[in-house]
Amino acid sequence: MSKLKIPSEANTAAWFFLTPALVLIGVFFFLPVAASLLLSVTDFDLYGIANPGNTRFVGFENYSRLLRTPDFWQALKNTFYFAVVGGPLTIAVSLGAALLLSSKLVRFKSFFRTIYFTPFVTTLVAVAIVWKYLYHTRYGLFNYALGAIGIGPIDWLGDPHWAMPAIILMAVWKSFGYNMLIFIAGLQAIPEDLYDAAEIDGASAWRRFFSITLPMLAPTLVFVSVITMIGYFQLFAEPYVMTQGGPLRSTTSVVLLMYEEGFRWWRMGYAAAIAFVLFIVILLATLVQFRLQKERT
Amino acid sequence: MTPARPHDPLPSMARRERVTRIALYALLVLGALMALLPMLWMLSASLMPTGEASTFPPHFLPSKPTIAHYRDLFTRLSLGRYLFNSALISIVVTFASLAVNSMAGYAFAKLRFRGRDKLFRFLSAGLVLPVQVSMLPLFLLLKNMGLINTYWGVIIPGLASIFGIFLVRQYALSIPDEMLDAARVDGASEARIFWSIVVPGILPILATLSIWTFLATWNDFMWPLIVLSDESHYTLPVALANLSGEHVQDTELMMAGSVITVIPVMLVFLFLQRYYIQGVMAGSVKG
Repeated sequence: MSKLKIPSEANTAAWFFLTPALVLIGVFFFLPVAASLLLSVTDFDLYGIANPGNTRFVGFENYSRLLRTPDFWQALKNTFYFAVVGGPLTIAVSLGAALLLSSKLVRFKSFFRTIYFTPFVTTLVAVAIVWKYLYHTRYGLFNYALGAIGIGPIDWLGDPHWAMPAIILMAVWKSFGYNMLIFIAGLQAIPEDLYDAAEIDGASAWRRFFSITLPMLAPTLVFVSVITMIGYFQLFAEPYVMTQGGPLRSTTSVVLLMYEEGFRWWRMGYAAAIAFVLFIVILLATLVQFRLQKERT
Repeated sequence: MTPARPHDPLPSMARRERVTRIALYALLVLGALMALLPMLWMLSASLMPTGEASTFPPHFLPSKPTIAHYRDLFTRLSLGRYLFNSALISIVVTFASLAVNSMAGYAFAKLRFRGRDKLFRFLSAGLVLPVQVSMLPLFLLLKNMGLINTYWGVIIPGLASIFGIFLVRQYALSIPDEMLDAARVDGASEARIFWSIVVPGILPILATLSIWTFLATWNDFMWPLIVLSDESHYTLPVALANLSGEHVQDTELMMAGSVITVIPVMLVFLFLQRYYIQGVMAGSVKG
């Protein structure tokens, strides 16, 4: 294709169509990302905002300070907790729902599919507020239901051990519908005769699931894991609204920490270093997922 | 998906199937209840008189339904203003980004120019960059342009999206080259070709993309929170988060605010879900 002689007319037209998008993405995304790297090796702060001349180059000082700060490690730990527990849980629920909705025995599929997908389109801030009240120790529905079977009451958002599980539970509810759709599409792509052949051979339903469904779904599974994990590493609004990062910083995520440092205390150089560490973590986690997948096949 | 039990004394296939079917429906209904419960409770509590949502045992339905909290929100707490802000920003971003992304997506799919594939690979690589990495310098940039605390400060960074370009490109690849070339031979201008051949051809993905953009912009929280410091410019999620700090005890009021925030996106989704769901499923298979 590229060896073809390119008519100059098409060339001009192409740039006419491309320029708006490229300028916007370049100026308002790639340029800031690059500037962020520069920012992270300076001590840019409130004085820098007042007068950029007050800013000094500090090398890797921000990064080394970060690594010496317990708050940062705590935030990193919390974010991993959220992603490593919440991610697989979300995927399991999504897959379960997708299998349920792909069963030949049930009807009204699109009706149920719509209901299951609804939480995904809702506004995160609004439902986080709703869940905050559902988690209320005395009046919340969750503790009421648990009380009925003799459990509790649990101080969901006030107990450092329960706050993150509470946030994870809400996140699973909010986002399983999206992955579910992708799984349904993946399931539809599996040829029906594979199952027919297995059934004739007398393979049980479990057996069919583990030796046909799961292997055939592997590429979908990787796609879904990567997407889910990248999203979960960016945890922000849930703790901001439901717990303000507490109690005892048990729900402060890396992005929440970056927000506080950068936009509340205006230590922007330091916050830029946090943002870059986040990027590196996400990049490494993505590579690990792809590697794991490659080993399995 | 229940396991077959070989030790059963050969139950008739029909009976076993019926049991499985009932179990599946039970699970489906249970799941649907769990998916809807938080929203149903939100709606119900928003109609309760002050204090009723904080009682033990909890009430599931309002004893005396009232719209007092909704009235309160619109009269005393200027929710109408935030609703307007959210609608304005979401609509502008949706339509403007649709134009920008579809043009670029088409160019990457169907027009030949030097460095096209390299440029596209470079853009795609940008998909792995979390948007938070750009936020600090972007804030400073917009501050220098005088756009902090304006609608434009929220709108401009949303005008072009790599994901959107990607989506349109995948779809536009299926437009036959012969059709475009035939139009060129007939002397149609490139703009004309785009408008009367390309746009009709990629309409389904444009529908998906516009719903996606509208929902994402409406629901977005972090960037508006950073850019908008003055209450009169707040979007609904930012205003709601702010309100929930001040009115943490007013459960019923907060639920009414949540209902107002969620209802527009729910309506958009319910009416256009066919395009949306199909788009998500189609995009994922290719992607």
